[in-house]
Amino acid sequence: MFAYIIRRCLATIPVMAIVALFVFSLLYIAPGDPAAVIAGDQATPADVERIRASLGLDRPFLVRFGEWVFRIIQGDLGVSIFTNLPVTRMIAQRIEPTLSLMVVTLILAVTIAVPMGVIAAWKSGSWIDRAVMGFAVLGFSVPVFVVGYLLAYWFALELDWFPVQGYTPFERGFGPWISNLVLPAIALGGVYIALIARITRATMLEVLQQDYIRTARAKGANQATMLFVHALKNAAVPIVTVIGIGVALLIGGAVVTESVFAIPGLGRLTVDAILRRDYPVIQGVILMFSFVYVLVNLLIDLSYTLFDPRIRY
Amino acid sequence: MFRRQLLNGAAAIAAAATGLPRAAAAQGAAPAAPAPAAPRVLKFIPQADLAVADPIITTAYVSRNHGYLIWDTLYGFDQDYKPQPQMVQSHSVSPDGLQVTMTLRDGLKFHDGAAVTAKDCVASIRRWAARDALGQVMVATLAEEAGKPTGIAAPDDKTITFSFKKPFPLLFEALGKPATPVCFMMPERLAKTDPAVPVKEMIGSGPFRFKADERVPGAKIVYERFADYVPRADGDISWTAGPKKANFDRIEWTVMPDAATASNALQNGEADWWEQPPGDLQALLRRNRNVNLEIQDPTGLMAMARFNHLHPPFNNPAIRRALLGAVNQADFMTAVIGTDKSLWRENVGIFTPDTPLANDAGMEVLTSPRDYDKVKRDLAAAGYKGEKVVLIAASDFPSLNALAQVGHDMLKKCGMNVEFVSTDWGSVVQRRASKEPVEKGGWSMFFTFWAGVDMFNPGVQQAIRGHGQSAWFGWPTAPKLEELRTAWFEAPDLAAQQEIARQIQLQCFQDVPYLPCGQYFQAWAYRRNLSGVLKGLPMFWNVQRS
Repeated sequence: MFAYIIRRCLATIPVMAIVALFVFSLLYIAPGDPAAVIAGDQATPADVERIRASLGLDRPFLVRFGEWVFRIIQGDLGVSIFTNLPVTRMIAQRIEPTLSLMVVTLILAVTIAVPMGVIAAWKSGSWIDRAVMGFAVLGFSVPVFVVGYLLAYWFALELDWFPVQGYTPFERGFGPWISNLVLPAIALGGVYIALIARITRATMLEVLQQDYIRTARAKGANQATMLFVHALKNAAVPIVTVIGIGVALLIGGAVVTESVFAIPGLGRLTVDAILRRDYPVIQGVILMFSFVYVLVNLLIDLSYTLFDPRIRY
Repeated sequence: MFRRQLLNGAAAIAAAATGLPRAAAAQGAAPAAPAPAAPRVLKFIPQADLAVADPIITTAYVSRNHGYLIWDTLYGFDQDYKPQPQMVQSHSVSPDGLQVTMTLRDGLKFHDGAAVTAKDCVASIRRWAARDALGQVMVATLAEEAGKPTGIAAPDDKTITFSFKKPFPLLFEALGKPATPVCFMMPERLAKTDPAVPVKEMIGSGPFRFKADERVPGAKIVYERFADYVPRADGDISWTAGPKKANFDRIEWTVMPDAATASNALQNGEADWWEQPPGDLQALLRRNRNVNLEIQDPTGLMAMARFNHLHPPFNNPAIRRALLGAVNQADFMTAVIGTDKSLWRENVGIFTPDTPLANDAGMEVLTSPRDYDKVKRDLAAAGYKGEKVVLIAASDFPSLNALAQVGHDMLKKCGMNVEFVSTDWGSVVQRRASKEPVEKGGWSMFFTFWAGVDMFNPGVQQAIRGHGQSAWFGWPTAPKLEELRTAWFEAPDLAAQQEIARQIQLQCFQDVPYLPCGQYFQAWAYRRNLSGVLKGLPMFWNVQRS
């Protein structure tokens, strides 16, 4: 097991190297000029040229790539072209809101979706099943920003239960922190709940047909024990896999949700950096997201051993 | 109403159970108006993020507004567009107009506690002049040899002297103009930074300090009142002139990229002031009794279609002239801000309407009835043979996108062969820098806005410059326009300036460096409990919560 973890950790190095090369090359060939954005609309071409030279953007690809890789190896993601702040500091400033949003969404989604899927499978074919599936279709179909606006209008503007926008750091107390996250988490969680509920239902339906479930039922096991202990544990591997894959979904959805609720997270940092062509920030954020995704997949692979003792690494 | 009270009551119970402060604040029948986080905090939603904090290196308006918070200027501009002393206590001009002496006010301090000295001001003027069109003319007029910057001097800590080869009557205007870049006074050690490199610190001389430790780029910018700032004792508070009295302890800028979120935040009392509510949300905000919606900047924003003068078809002045007959400014402005005519103006010429140089010379080219058949005939007579017109448009700026969409339609109605390239602003600013023909990635036309203050006069207006490859994007060569601009600098009085401005406008309708597309006014929205909001730019002194 330990050797497997080491092997997987080492395997992330070539993955990250490929991501780095890909990101740098893509940004190099993409249109856009940060010097022109810095200079502003009214700047003359000569001003733009001077700024471009001062930023070193007129140097060859290989020189810039080499310097960047050298810095990355030392753990230095560089400095933002616009703010002159280290990219690591900018990421550190933004990571808490995004992480908070993702954690609350994840907890909310798993808490709601798994029981929903289990109950839908248990009551397969009933109105409950159809209602759960209907909700799942709705969750997939309605865009995050639509849900976000509706929630903000009703629960913030009309009822004044929650703030319209913003983020309060956890250190200022659980109440203010969670009150800023409830609406964004519900908006972002819709599609995630739908995904997990569907996969839970499908997997549970299959498990509930198994002989050992019939045996458990024949031996008089109560319904809850049978569903949540015997069946759910055996259905857990695909569910956990989907939850892991869904992290990418959350990262993508966070970009929109953070804009709708003005949360100063990594999603907005990424979009702003892309629109301005702030290359060091784009590269840093994408590298970080890639690393998180690789890490989440590793954790999910390891979690399989908890749910299915037959799996050995 | 009963339902809402019931629901609020339920929320209060929930708050008691969970400790949610927001829900607790919602108790009672009071309308949505939560208490501010702290007394004397002004929460402002700027037009965009403060991407670049150095207002000299960039011409971005948000950086200029930030600059006015933390730096002071030698002169301010009043509502009559006249320069008034600000950091300067007094000045004198020699009888021949070649020597100007300025004396600084007492008690001026930088935010690091150091006194503002004349040396700081000289270095600041030099750095600003390197980036500013009017500043460059000023430096060229100084009595100094190349490489020997002796034309501006600081004989002592409080005295600044200017020595000119010939009189430069626009000096005070240049030092006080709110057009970007503004001549802000920085410490000498910062002002000596290369004008193409942003300054590393925000050590200001103005009424508010920049809180670098609280800045979250792209999200939040914080300023706090600078206790040692000494406002002018005299003068009227008007635009950027007069006493700058800070009534708030903190100014918090919260960047909200989504207009609907900003609107909700303002209505809910989570923000006090929103700089740029878009046209489609203004009706909603007008209906809110807690919100004021007012046009505070009478100079507005001037729209234009810029040609690439280097390549066909717009290297042909007759083709550019023909298109003047197709411009319907009302169409452009309606697309940008809507049908409410109090928010826009048509029949707009080269200079900002209602400012001293605005005039009606030659305006019939824009005000006569629009006739596309005639335009087609004129284009053919001018030699247009169906060459491709590449119109580049920024789809991520709704107002620019609206202009481009109307422009695209206009060009097609004129029978032109148009390729509409819709992309983001970052790509537009890169592509417009290309001097290549359209077949090699170049362009033919783009749309943009300039603030009215940037189009007051030939000294600040970049788009009418005709100095070829060195000119603003589009690179027109128009020697007659350049001659007139030089003559304007030397005009002895306003009447002479106005006469030259008429000639410039007539010449612009001959050379057509761009198509004027109208003027619109950006309303600000702010909570009704704010008073003292100044006209002009978003300024944060004088404002208070009633």
